[in-house]
Amino acid sequence: MKPILQVSGLTKRYGPGCPECLRRTGALHETNQCPHCRSIIACREITFDLFPGEVLGIVGESGSGKSTVVRLLHFDDEPTQGEFRIKLNGSAGAACNPDPGRNLFALGAFERRQIRNAHMGIVYQNARMGLRLKVSAGGNIAERLLMAGWRHVGQMRQRAAELLIATEVPVLRIDEPPQHFSGGMQQRVQIAKALSTRPAVLLLDEVTTGLDVSVQARVLDLIRSLQQETGVATIVVSHDLGVIRLLTSRTIVMRHGCIVEQGLSDQILEDPQHPYTQLLVNSML
Amino acid sequence: MLRVENIQKHFISHVLNGKEVVGFRSVSFKVLPGMALGLSGPSGCGKSSILKCIYRTYLTGMGKIIYNSQTFGTVDLAVLPENEILALRRKEIGYVSQFLSVVPRQPAAEVVAAPLVEEGVSRAVALQRARGLLDRLNIGARLHAAYPATFSGGEKQRVNLSRAIIRPPRLLLLDEPTASLDAASMQVVLDLLLEIKARGTTIIAIFHDQAIMDRLMDDIYTMPVKES
Ligand SMILES: Nc1ncnc2c1ncn2[C@@H]1O[C@H](COP(=O)(O)OP(=O)(O)OP(=O)(O)O)[C@@H](O)[C@H]1O
Ligand SMILES: Nc1ncnc2c1ncn2[C@@H]1O[C@H](COP(=O)(O)OP(=O)(O)OP(=O)(O)O)[C@@H](O)[C@H]1O
Ligand SMILES: [Mg+2]
Ligand SMILES: [Mg+2]
Ligand SMILES: [Zn+2]
Repeated sequence: MKPILQVSGLTKRYGPGCPECLRRTGALHETNQCPHCRSIIACREITFDLFPGEVLGIVGESGSGKSTVVRLLHFDDEPTQGEFRIKLNGSAGAACNPDPGRNLFALGAFERRQIRNAHMGIVYQNARMGLRLKVSAGGNIAERLLMAGWRHVGQMRQRAAELLIATEVPVLRIDEPPQHFSGGMQQRVQIAKALSTRPAVLLLDEVTTGLDVSVQARVLDLIRSLQQETGVATIVVSHDLGVIRLLTSRTIVMRHGCIVEQGLSDQILEDPQHPYTQLLVNSML
Repeated sequence: MLRVENIQKHFISHVLNGKEVVGFRSVSFKVLPGMALGLSGPSGCGKSSILKCIYRTYLTGMGKIIYNSQTFGTVDLAVLPENEILALRRKEIGYVSQFLSVVPRQPAAEVVAAPLVEEGVSRAVALQRARGLLDRLNIGARLHAAYPATFSGGEKQRVNLSRAIIRPPRLLLLDEPTASLDAASMQVVLDLLLEIKARGTTIIAIFHDQAIMDRLMDDIYTMPVKES
């Protein structure tokens, strides 16, 4: 099987940078901040593949660089270094279907946005990042459909309703702004929005963090069943190993911007190799 | 079908300052297609660890696990890339332990039917076969729509087994899957295992029950003793 996403050498530095940066940061140095120039190496030399239909987890403590990786892949931010390739079914080179050999980070902003709108969906921890809370739920979804090239108003409304049903948001509330919704419902609207264009890749960044435990369980069940139905290749970022266990088949463990371990999720949980992963697993019990 | 060559497993606990625990030392055996091999030895000698190494839940430190797969030809499971291991788990290799390993909130019949649905069998047909299998294992209709997470130990084990054999894998790894079953259920499980074996499934298993070992196994591998 060929990967749908290939990420290699992905590095993001915040700050001016100096020749010392990479040598003096990372998991071995127990910091992501260069002691010389004070730059933050939010993530470094991140390399992994994502395969069609799979759910890949990224786990790690606060500040380890998980969200940075997701933001870079969603073109929300510019990498300092690295390559990113996407291989979709269908004819390469056609509109919005990038040549699988092309490094997407080398493309212009317009092309990247087109690729993102056509093929990626994202759900943020904070609904404020993913939704316009004062615009109706249906409007939020329609906005995304518009960006992906939909034009027919009736069809967009129809699609929005379908997705709200799939994500168990009462369709009657399609015209209400999500600011009045509960946290769990806001997340479901984000999920509906992300999946509305049938993306090839779904990015989930701490989507259940901060929700009540019972609400968390329902949102996780929903994600699981929608992922299985659609087969969308998914990256799940979480600091919660319970979420990782429930949703993912492979996991990457990050610390201070580095990948310290990767493996099958059950192996990461039952036979962790890296001291940090062992600590993480032990503190779960 | 499967040949294990000199595999070893050590656990190094960094949390306990690098303390080393021996899982097992130098194990070698082989299983021919359609045969059943039992692993035996005292508690703690590493039987469960071997099955987990074959399934890649544990990494194998040294040695080879040569498996003759339908999908990829002859491979070493100790070093096969993760996505190919996942493909083998989906298509060829099943694993059942005494612990329930399924999604918390999913009705029993769905849990059991899932492997068939994934293979492309219609949901209705898959559910019907799942119910049949559960009935045969004395999991009554009342429980088909309930969540296995709420089941008794023995009921969970039967759900686990049903899920693993509803679409018999080529290679089935069993780690005391009947530890809390009564004699009647045990007999049904034995019959089911004999059936899938007759249809070609190769089995590597750990059972504490001597009767099952005698009737199911073609061969027994006795674990090497571990000096402590
Ligand atoms: N715009 C920015 N400017 C400077 N530093 C930043 C910026 N964004 C992120 N960082 C730093 O990069 C590092 C990684 O942040 P990131 O948000 O990726 O962590 P995370 O693993 O997602 O953490 P959390 O679990 O808390 O969400 C942190 O040290 C953070 O302070
Ligand atoms: N994940 C692990 N981390 C650390 N040590 C482990 C781990 N799994 C097993 N061990 C150790 O490896 C040894 C072998 O354990 P294993 O569970 O394989 O034995 P077993 O033969 O299956 O025993 P039993 O018959 O009691 O089930 C034991 O000393 C155990 O403590
Ligand atoms: Mg984050
Ligand atoms: Mg055991
Ligand atoms: Zn520096």
